[in-house]
Amino acid sequence: MRQYVIIGNGVAAAGCIEGIRTMDSKSGITVVSEENRAVYCRPLISYFLEKKTDPERMQYRDVHYYERMGCRVLYGKKAVQIHKENCEAELDDGTFLPYDGLCLAVGSSPFVPRFEGIENVEKKFSFMTLDDAMALDAAVSDNSRVLIVGAGLIGLKCAEGIVGRAASVAVCDLADRVLSSILDTDCAAMMQKHLEEHEMHFYLNDSVKRFEKNTAYMNSGAVVPFDLLVLAVGVRANTSLLREAGGEVNRGIIVNRQMRTSISGIFAAGDCTEGWDSSIGQNRVLAILPNAYLQGYTAGINMAGGSESLDNAIPMNSIGFFGLHAMTAGSYDGDMYEEKTETSIKRLFYKDDLLKGFILIGCHERAGIYTSMIREKTPISSVNFDLLKKAATTAAFSAQIRRKKFGGVV
Amino acid sequence: MKRVYVNEQWCLGCHLCEYNCAFANSGMTDMVLALKGKPIYPRIHVEEGEKITYAVSCRHCEDPLCVKSCIAGALFRQDGVIRIDRKKCVGCFTCVLVCPYGALAPNEDGVMQKCELCLENSSGAPACVQGCPNRAIVYEEREESQ
Repeated sequence: MRQYVIIGNGVAAAGCIEGIRTMDSKSGITVVSEENRAVYCRPLISYFLEKKTDPERMQYRDVHYYERMGCRVLYGKKAVQIHKENCEAELDDGTFLPYDGLCLAVGSSPFVPRFEGIENVEKKFSFMTLDDAMALDAAVSDNSRVLIVGAGLIGLKCAEGIVGRAASVAVCDLADRVLSSILDTDCAAMMQKHLEEHEMHFYLNDSVKRFEKNTAYMNSGAVVPFDLLVLAVGVRANTSLLREAGGEVNRGIIVNRQMRTSISGIFAAGDCTEGWDSSIGQNRVLAILPNAYLQGYTAGINMAGGSESLDNAIPMNSIGFFGLHAMTAGSYDGDMYEEKTETSIKRLFYKDDLLKGFILIGCHERAGIYTSMIREKTPISSVNFDLLKKAATTAAFSAQIRRKKFGGVV
Repeated sequence: MKRVYVNEQWCLGCHLCEYNCAFANSGMTDMVLALKGKPIYPRIHVEEGEKITYAVSCRHCEDPLCVKSCIAGALFRQDGVIRIDRKKCVGCFTCVLVCPYGALAPNEDGVMQKCELCLENSSGAPACVQGCPNRAIVYEEREESQ
């Protein structure tokens, strides 16, 4: 019998539990959960704010999950130190948890720049956890003027969730466009126009110079009065536990494709890691939910003595606002094929006989066929690319590949 | 386990499977009332390439990327069948982004739906198979290397 310890109780932790259990159905798993909640779907907090879901439906797994998986969960506890020489994790209540395999699934934390006067802003919020969303939910009213700092994925989903419940929503960002981490200039402009049609107001290429109580004075000279402030500037991977134990960290905890850290017996998964991105051929923080699960699952199998490698992780996002969906994947490198209408844009990027990435807004049908080509590095010369450019269809693959994909006898 | 397979050389491209699917999942007993004059949202679709047609529905993958990627925990596997808890789905389309077969699509409400092999609806066995006029679609067990 072995002892597995997982620090963190998000989706990466669930992946780890499920990975372990494919190999080892008996050994004990201890999960250390800082939040007093069973694993839930953090990306749904904006839908909660919008009242499209509720905490019950936001549960990632069923109510008997931990029992069924043979896990002991320590709620409201935090790991403070790893003693690698004794293979023990020390918790904030003085408990020492011995481990044969340890997985750090500790996520990330909101990053808050030092704005002048921010300490005097009374109603300020992060937007990471269900508690954050509940606090915002309780504070917002019809009269609220909301200022959101950050026009990235988190800031804009927050804006979408709150815009119907507030008097006004303004969003500012240092970047010159919305969703700057996933959209290029033209695509961002299309999305911004759509968001503006839904009552969002933007201050881009701009940032807050100083706060005076409930007023933001912007670098551009604009003056933005507000009642509620949401800080969604960005997040930082939680790396300190491993760094203090002498492990290798950069912008995240460095992991190899088996999710091993530089310290023997310690694995890491999810938003806290910097792992292999096959679309650029180097390590990168890929803080997206599918990656968190896949990394956790991979870590779990390897912790339990199996042999699993996550070789084809790529950045990929599907994010919708008021019915307009944007899907992106891979890198925007090489030649570009474009189709554009008033309400949609498709950009496919290809190079060296490979589809490298895409941006699709308002034309997402069967986009996974494109994504699979990037992940599997399908040679463009092996498909009917002219057909594929127009529509994501498996009909563009050869009969032989189709037969393999669909298990057919054709 | 038994899956739905299509022999693309026998597929006529008639789209009847799409209508039978939509009807089987409509919860209604009259096909005309269920489908006539309405846009349909089947869980199987006919792909049309150059000189070839064939129907595609969920492959019920051994390693289901949609389940692993679902941000709402709405997709799950039960006895080998990939199923969806549509009350949990928020319509983020991440499954559409990752499914290599293009086998998931939303219904009229923007909630995702997929082939669940007609196990829970009035048909009880895949309606696309039962209604295929050329027997191009079959429901059977095959050796697969997924």
